[in-house]
Amino acid sequence: MLEIIIRITLICVSLSMLGLIYRVIKGPTTPDRVVALDALGVNLIAIVALVSMLIDSDAFLEVILLLGILAFIGTVSFSKFLEKGAIIERDRNR
Amino acid sequence: MTEIVNYIIGFFLLAGGFLSLVASFGVLRLPDVYTRNHAASKSATLGIMCILLGTFLYFYIVHGIFNSKVLLAIVFIFVTAPVGGHLIARAAYHSGAKLWDKSVRDDLKDKEKYDRQHS
Repeated sequence: MLEIIIRITLICVSLSMLGLIYRVIKGPTTPDRVVALDALGVNLIAIVALVSMLIDSDAFLEVILLLGILAFIGTVSFSKFLEKGAIIERDRNR
Repeated sequence: MTEIVNYIIGFFLLAGGFLSLVASFGVLRLPDVYTRNHAASKSATLGIMCILLGTFLYFYIVHGIFNSKVLLAIVFIFVTAPVGGHLIARAAYHSGAKLWDKSVRDDLKDKEKYDRQHS
């Protein structure tokens, strides 16, 4: 029973990723695309968790934490670039 | 015992999948950047936390593996996803993304004038 539920959830998450990819391609502004990419990273974490349950292995659970950290860093740097035009600012008093 | 645990894990997984579908639907249907950001950063976060909680319970109870990285990932996503949503909404506002034309008030628009009067 649990395997069928895992497969159903995988289908749900994949459909949601398809919708987000549509928004990434079509999105009118850049922040739209960044929002959709952030949500795509979050859904990718879900897919890793579900697949590692399907194949009964705990070897891929590190990937979950890694993807979470990478998605957060990507979003922060993109928003900093959109707001200030530079990701790492230069120190003025030097 | 195992049967009940299976039901609980299944409930968490289905709730997570449903919430992630809801987030995607919101991102497709809502009219401007801010409402889309609202949908994506809330529902997707709760959905992923449900799915990861189901994964943790599965590995803990069915296989007897206590995997603390999944718990750490739940806490990390719970802390960082709203922060990311806030940052990207702020960047969208300052880079001039338009509000929906039916939205009624924009309090941040008068901020410069207010600051000049009250300083």
